[in-house]
Amino acid sequence: MPEHVITVTVIDRENQPHRLEAPTDMGLNLMELCKSYGLPVKGTCGGMALCASCHVYVLSEHELPPPSDDELAMLDSAFFVQANSRLGCQIRLRDELEGLQVQLAPESE
Amino acid sequence: MGMNAKYIETDIIIIGAGPVGLFSVFEAGLLKMRCHLIDILPQPGGQLAEIYPKKPIYDIPGYPSVLAGDLVQNLLKQIAPFRPGFTLGERAEILERQADGRWRVVTDHGTVHVAPVVFIAGGLGSFEPRKPPIGNIGDYENGRGVAYYVRNPEDYRGQRVVIAGGGDSALDWTIYLADEAKSLTLVHRRSEFRGAPDSVEKVQHLAQQGRIRLITNAQVVGLSGNGHLERVTIQHDTEGALEVDTDYFLPLFGLTPKLGPISEWGLELQDGAIAVNTYDYSTNLPGVFAIGDINTYPGKLKLILCGFHEATLACQSAFKVANPGQKLSFKYTTVTGIEGLPVETPA
Repeated sequence: MPEHVITVTVIDRENQPHRLEAPTDMGLNLMELCKSYGLPVKGTCGGMALCASCHVYVLSEHELPPPSDDELAMLDSAFFVQANSRLGCQIRLRDELEGLQVQLAPESE
Repeated sequence: MGMNAKYIETDIIIIGAGPVGLFSVFEAGLLKMRCHLIDILPQPGGQLAEIYPKKPIYDIPGYPSVLAGDLVQNLLKQIAPFRPGFTLGERAEILERQADGRWRVVTDHGTVHVAPVVFIAGGLGSFEPRKPPIGNIGDYENGRGVAYYVRNPEDYRGQRVVIAGGGDSALDWTIYLADEAKSLTLVHRRSEFRGAPDSVEKVQHLAQQGRIRLITNAQVVGLSGNGHLERVTIQHDTEGALEVDTDYFLPLFGLTPKLGPISEWGLELQDGAIAVNTYDYSTNLPGVFAIGDINTYPGKLKLILCGFHEATLACQSAFKVANPGQKLSFKYTTVTGIEGLPVETPA
C-alpha cells in the first residue's frame, strides 16, 4: 500500500461491502470519499453536520475523535441512531483509520 | 387570485435570497434589470443568516475572513441602489409559463410574481421539518393529529399532546403547552437533552411534579386512529412498547434541507441538483437559470464565490431574454461607477 492511502470498507444499504482506497493527505472526510466512489450518500449540506444524509454506523473498533457539539446535535434529531452512529462528513480520513469499517444508515426523509 | 394576494411584476424573479441570489441583484442592476427575491426564510441571507451567521468564511476574494452574517449585510448594502423587492417567509410553489412567454411564480401564500426571467438560487432547497420514519404518518398530517410546527398554541388547549424530540423546540413547547394541554407526554430517544440547560431543568421539574409525563430512551414508532390520531405506540429501549392515547403528536426534530416543489417544475435534475449549461447557467426551461449550490455541471464546486461568477454570466443571457433585440455592451464599474435604479412608480 502506498504511503498516505488507507483502505476503508463501506457496507451499503443492500448489505454489499465496498472496499475504498482513501488518500489521507487531502483532508478528505468519509462522506466525500463515499460520494467520490458513487455510493448513495447525498451529503446535502456539504459537510457542515446539518443534514445527517451521511449517517453511518461504525463497525470496527477504531478510536475516532469524539463528535463535536454540532454533530451530537444533528445526531440527536436524526433517525435510526444507534450507539455507534456518526456523521461521515465529520470523520476526517487519517492514517490511523486503516481498515475502518462502516455501514450506511437507512435513508430517512 | 384572492383579494389579499399580491401581484408583482419585475425583470428577474430570484428564488432564494442567499448570497448568490443577493449578488445577482447587483449584476442585474448594472444591466438595468430589476429583481425581486423570494425566500421561505423570514430574512435575507439564506443559510448564512439562518444557520451560521457567526461562522467566519475564508474564501471570499478580498476578505481574509468575513463572518457569514457580515457578508450578508455587505451584500444587502451593495445591492441597495438597485432597490430589489422581497417576498420573505413564503415558499415558491409553482413555476409556470404564461401565454405571453413570461414566467409566473406563485408562493404558498398566493403571492404572484411575473417576469421574463427566473433565477433559481435555492441553495440546498428549502428547510423543512424532519419527519420521523413512521409509515402512516402522512395519514395524520394536515389537521388530523400530526403537526411539525406549533402554529397556534390555542389548538392544543384541553387536548392530549405527545411531543417527541430533545432539542430546544421540543423543550420550549413542552414547557409552554404543559399549562395548556389536558395531558402532555414528552418522548426523547436519549436520557440527556441538548437544549438550553435552563429549559432542561424546567422540563425535569415539570416531570417531577407530575405535570407532564417524561419518557426517555424511547421513540414513537407507531400511530393509529380512525381518520384522526387517537393513539401513539412508544418503543422503549429496554422496557418494550407502550401505547399512549392522544389527540396530537408533535414530532419536533428540527429542519432538514429539501429540494421541495422545485423538483416538480419540469427542470432537468441530476443527483438532486438542477442540470445547467455552463455557457450561461441556463436550465432546460427557456429563461430559467439555476445558480449557486442548487445547480450541477461537470466540475461543479459548491462555493459562494463560484455562485457569484455563475450569477454574473447568467445576467448577460438574462438581459437578452428580458430585452430582446437590444445590444448589450460590457462596462467595468471602475469606469462607469454604479448608477442605481430609480424608485419604481406604480403603473
